[in-house]
Amino acid sequence: MLAYLIRRVIFATLLVFLVSSASLVLARLAPGDFTVALLGDRARPEAIERTRAQYGLNRPIADQYRDWIAHAVRFDFGRSWLYDTPVATLVRDRAANTAILAVTALAAATLIGLPLGILTGSRRAGVMTQVIRGASLVLLSLPPLLTSLLMVLIAARTGWFPIGGMGSESADVAWHLVVPAVALALPIAAMFERLQAQAMAEVVGQPYVLAAFARGVPRSRIVWRDALKAALRPTAAVYGLVVGSLLSGSFAVEIVTSWPGLGRLMLEALQARDVYLVAGCAAAGSVFIALGTLVSDAALAAVDPRTREA
Amino acid sequence: MRRLGFALLAAAAIAALGAPVLAPHQPDEYFRGLVNAPPTLPHVIDDAGAWHAPFIYPLKLVDRLEQRFEQDRSTRVPLAWFSGGRLVRSPDEARSPLLLGGADAQGRDVFSRLLFGARTSLSMALVAALGATLLGSLLGGLAGYVGGLVDDTLMRVSDFVLVLPAIYVVLVLRAMLRLVLEPREVFLLLVAILSVVGAPFVARGVRAIVRSERQLEYAVAARSLGAGHLRLLARHLLPAASGYIVVQLTMLVPAFIIAEATMSYIGLGFPDPVASWGAMLHDASNTRTLVDFPWLLSPAAAIFLVVLGLNLVLQQAGVNPVTISSSYESSS
Repeated sequence: MLAYLIRRVIFATLLVFLVSSASLVLARLAPGDFTVALLGDRARPEAIERTRAQYGLNRPIADQYRDWIAHAVRFDFGRSWLYDTPVATLVRDRAANTAILAVTALAAATLIGLPLGILTGSRRAGVMTQVIRGASLVLLSLPPLLTSLLMVLIAARTGWFPIGGMGSESADVAWHLVVPAVALALPIAAMFERLQAQAMAEVVGQPYVLAAFARGVPRSRIVWRDALKAALRPTAAVYGLVVGSLLSGSFAVEIVTSWPGLGRLMLEALQARDVYLVAGCAAAGSVFIALGTLVSDAALAAVDPRTREA
Repeated sequence: MRRLGFALLAAAAIAALGAPVLAPHQPDEYFRGLVNAPPTLPHVIDDAGAWHAPFIYPLKLVDRLEQRFEQDRSTRVPLAWFSGGRLVRSPDEARSPLLLGGADAQGRDVFSRLLFGARTSLSMALVAALGATLLGSLLGGLAGYVGGLVDDTLMRVSDFVLVLPAIYVVLVLRAMLRLVLEPREVFLLLVAILSVVGAPFVARGVRAIVRSERQLEYAVAARSLGAGHLRLLARHLLPAASGYIVVQLTMLVPAFIIAEATMSYIGLGFPDPVASWGAMLHDASNTRTLVDFPWLLSPAAAIFLVVLGLNLVLQQAGVNPVTISSSYESSS
C-alpha cells in the first residue's frame, strides 16, 4: 500500500512538472508575445523593446525557465500579466470552479447512468429498455460542445435557467450550475448506462445468479445486491478515463456557457501569450488528472478486491 | 439500425462530394439584403389551396432593427431545376434566392455552407484519422516487434499522452503557432496535430497484437523461411492487426470532427470565409444569435448525424461506442 502511494506521488509530481514546463516553454516559443497582446502589432519598436524588458521577455528562455522553476518549487507561480494578479490565486479560483462543475456532472452522470444501466441490463428487451438504449445512443453521439449549445438554446428559449457566468452566493451558483452541469453530465451518463447495462447483462447470465434465482432469492435483491457487486467493475475501471474526458468536456462546456473555469482561463492565457498563467493552468489541470487517477484506482479497489493485491 | 448508420454516412458523403452541384450557392456568396434571413422552405400548396410545382415565397424585410423577415405571400417563385449547373435554385437569385437553411450574419446561404463545410470538416477528420492510424500502426508495430528499450520508451510516451485530456494537448500545440493562419495552413496543422495526438490510441493496441502474434507458429515459420524483419512485420504481423486498425480509424473520425468543431468554435480553427462546421458554429456563439436565428445551429445537427451514423455502424460491428467518447470528445 505504501509502495503504491509512493509510486502514485512520484507519478503525480512528474506529471505536474512535465506538463507545466512543457506548456511554459511552448507558450514562450510561440510566435508573438505578450507585448503584442498589450500594445497591438503596430506599436513603435522602442515601445515594444521597453515593454519586453519590463516583462523580462528579452531574457533567454533558459534563464526565464530556471527562474520560474526556482520560484515554483516554493509554490510561487509568478504573476499573470493579463490579469495583473498572482497566478496561484487566479488559478486556484478558476480550478475550483472547474472542479465544482466536473464533480457535479460526474455525480449526476453516475446517479442517472448507473441505475438505468442496471435496469436495462437486467431485463429482457422491452419498450422501456429500448427507449433508454436509444436515448443513450443519441446522447453518446452528442459531445459536450453540442449538448451545451443545446442546453443554452433551451435555457434561453424557456427562460427556466440562467445562462452565462456563475453568480456569487451558493444558491445562485447552484442555479447557474444547472445548464453547464447537465450539458457535461448527459454524454457521460449515457456512457455509464451502456457500460453498466453490458456488464449487468453478462453477470445476470452467470450460473451463480441462476442458482440464486432457483433458491428463491427475490429478484430485486439479486439484481441490486448480488449481481450488482460483480457488475460494478467495468464502470469503476472506466472512471480513470472519465477524468480526462470530464476535463476535455468541461473545456467546451465552459466556453459555450461562459462558466469561469480553468478551460476559459487557459484559452485566454494562450491567446495573450501570458506564459506564467499558461504554465499555472497546465499545472492545475495535471493535478486534476493525478487526483483523478488516484480516485479511480481507489474506486476500482473498492469494488474489486483482486486489484488491491497489486 | 446498421442500415440507418450507413444511410447517414452515405448522405454525408453525397453532401460533401456533390456540394458544388447540390448547393444552390457558393459558400462565399453574400446576399447583403438578407442578413440573418430565415429559411425559405419550398411549398407545393399555395394559400388558396391549389397545388403547384415546388415554389418559394420571396422574403420581405419587415423590421430592419430586429432583422425580422416575412414571407411575401402574394408572389410565388417556382424553383428552377438543373439550371446554371445546380440541382435546384431560384430563377431570380438576386432578389429572392433559395435559402434552404436560412442566411447567416453576413447574408450567406447556411445550407450551401453546410454542404461545402462537410467537405472541409469531413476531409480534415478523415485525413487526420488516416494519419493517426498510419503513425500509430508504425510506432505500435515497431514497439511490439523490436521490444526492449524502444518498446519501453514508445509506450511510456504514449501512456503519457493518453493520460492528458486530448483537447488541451491540441489547444496548446495549435496555440504554438501564429493565432491567425491561412485556411490551407490550418488544414495541414490540424491534420498534423490530430495525427500525433491520436496515434497513441492506435499504437497501444497494435503493439499488443504484434507482440502476441510474433510468438505464433506462422510468424516463426515465415521467419525461419527467410523472411526479413520488415517483410514479416508488413506482410504478416500488421495484417493480423488490420481489423483492429480499421475499428480505430472509424473511432477517430468522429473524435476529430468534434475536435475541428471545438477548435474552430473557439476561433483557433478555420478562419471566417472558409465554410467548415466548426467555423459555422462559431457564428452562433452568442446567446442572442442562437435564440433569434436557430438555423445557425444546423452544423451542430450535421455533426450529430455523422457521429451517430459512425456510432451505429461501430455498434453493429460489436464495438462499444463508449470508448469513442471516453477517448476524445470535447469533445471528444
